Amino acid sequence: MNKREFGGQVLLNVVFIILCALIIVPFLLLLAVSITAESDITKYGYQLIPHNIDFSAYQYIFKSPKMILDAYKITATFSFTRMFFSVLLMSMIAYPLTKREFKGKSIISFYLYFTMLFNGGLVPTYILITQYLHLKNSFWVYIFPGLISPWYVFMIRTFFQGLPYEISEAALIDGADEYQIFTRIILPLSKPVLATVALFMFLSSWNDWNTSMLYITEDHLYSLQYLLQRIMENIKLLQEIQQQGIILSGAEDIPSETMRMAMAVVVAGPALIVFPFFQKYFVKGLTVGSVKG
Amino acid sequence: MKTEMTMETAVQQNIELTPKKKRMNKNTWQLYSLAAIPILLVFVFSYLPMFGIIIAFKNYKYNLGIMGSKWVGFDNFKFFTHSTDFIRLVRNTLGMNALFIIFGTMAAVLVAVFLYDLKSRNATKVYQTILITPHFMSWVIVAYIVYAFLNPQYGLINSIIQSFGVSPKDWYAEPKYWPGILTVCYIWKHVGMDCVVYYAALMGMDNSLIEAAKIDGANKKDIILHIIIPTLLPLITILTILKIGNIFRADFGLFYQVPRNIGKLYATTDVVDTYVFRAMRVIGDMGMSSAVGFLQSIVGMILVVATNKASKLIDPETGLF
Repeated sequence: MNKREFGGQVLLNVVFIILCALIIVPFLLLLAVSITAESDITKYGYQLIPHNIDFSAYQYIFKSPKMILDAYKITATFSFTRMFFSVLLMSMIAYPLTKREFKGKSIISFYLYFTMLFNGGLVPTYILITQYLHLKNSFWVYIFPGLISPWYVFMIRTFFQGLPYEISEAALIDGADEYQIFTRIILPLSKPVLATVALFMFLSSWNDWNTSMLYITEDHLYSLQYLLQRIMENIKLLQEIQQQGIILSGAEDIPSETMRMAMAVVVAGPALIVFPFFQKYFVKGLTVGSVKG
Repeated sequence: MKTEMTMETAVQQNIELTPKKKRMNKNTWQLYSLAAIPILLVFVFSYLPMFGIIIAFKNYKYNLGIMGSKWVGFDNFKFFTHSTDFIRLVRNTLGMNALFIIFGTMAAVLVAVFLYDLKSRNATKVYQTILITPHFMSWVIVAYIVYAFLNPQYGLINSIIQSFGVSPKDWYAEPKYWPGILTVCYIWKHVGMDCVVYYAALMGMDNSLIEAAKIDGANKKDIILHIIIPTLLPLITILTILKIGNIFRADFGLFYQVPRNIGKLYATTDVVDTYVFRAMRVIGDMGMSSAVGFLQSIVGMILVVATNKASKLIDPETGLF
């Protein structure tokens, strides 16, 4: 590497360090505000470097953590359930679409594809779910709608098509039936694509707030993100959360500004630590690319 | 000799296979049984709502139900297209998406080229991991971050501009700033993920081209202008065309959460998706809400089909179908 190239590399790294700072600093700001003393906020505003570090916002949250624990429990439960069933069901439709014997393949493909082009829209879906399926304020509203995403079905099918045909052919000759081939050969061989799809489904469930906003009015069924949204809309909710546990001397004791941000940290933190570990699967999902009918 | 052997086995297998007609039927039946539940689910959650589109032509009342509500023909559509909201929604939805396409693509290509130029693989990995992180966050979290910056009373931006002697601004009351703010949010959240495709294309590029150009005395600028950009151009074109296909569909999370659904900002932040939601939830006008949703869906479908055709003309390998 000559001197000029070296200089170029240094410059490039500086550019990336600045870009990464632009990503990281906003998160740090949330964290910094959450550990600032409430009195400093009214004096200096939100600061990246707190004058006085004070964990009382977290103390308040963890004194009566029922609401946030409920939201974590609900969100984790429906995210894992939905991830499992959506991957299973999408594989169940993707597999027949790769088989010659499956008549009407192109009709079924179009049947799925058409839902990507056209949809009934918000109101008909809302009326269906609330008036006909009666899923309002039900845990199941998190699970059933959107289990089958045509995009991922085609992605899984493309992967299945790439598997060596000889293996399932040999199994067929040895007397295996399609159920056995599907569960014992196709699914185990397709772990990479299934993991990718599973993670995408999990991420979208974990970050879901729309469902709660539309269909949930009982606060013990709120998803994590929706609870956070409600706290942003209504700081009083924070006080209600507190009063569930203990009797406070007065509402003004609650460090509401810092607690708001502390809630954001409690919600975002674990995801921020866990998701990057699975980054390579997300990236793979993007470059699989050849999703075609 | 060898071919004879295979012929023999094939014949044997064929003999074995002949009485298998019945088993093949069982297997075919199994394939249909696997597909049945997914097909049913798609029918319930995607096709049944399509029938509900007739609500757009009715004055829907909960107590009367879909069938019992009165037909009103195209009144819901007329009411919407004649209202002042119509122009604003079309302008905001198209305009904001256009900003996202233009600046989002530019940012993604730029970052991809920079990543490609980095020599150290370890550094590349670290930077990429950090840049992708916002993709894992919900728009609710992004809204908190934006609030921490722009809160008129305590926000970081106001304290910074005050230290430069500029008077603080009430960000959540001034619609003119929001096209910029939302574009920054969009790029912040998506650039790490969006650049992956371009980066992958560059990694798959034939390296000898650049080596040859270097020997011929080409400098960095020549290489970027004459090798890197031409390599990426087909991909940029196709992704842009496909994005234009979705230009009437706005990201509800971004437009609902980040401006915090504040009425004063609707002038620049209200898009079709937020309007449909509000018409249903706040105003309770089911008929008009579904009329707007229906219009969006139809225009969206036409655009997606047309843009898919266009991208196939450019490169037959692309497109959805």
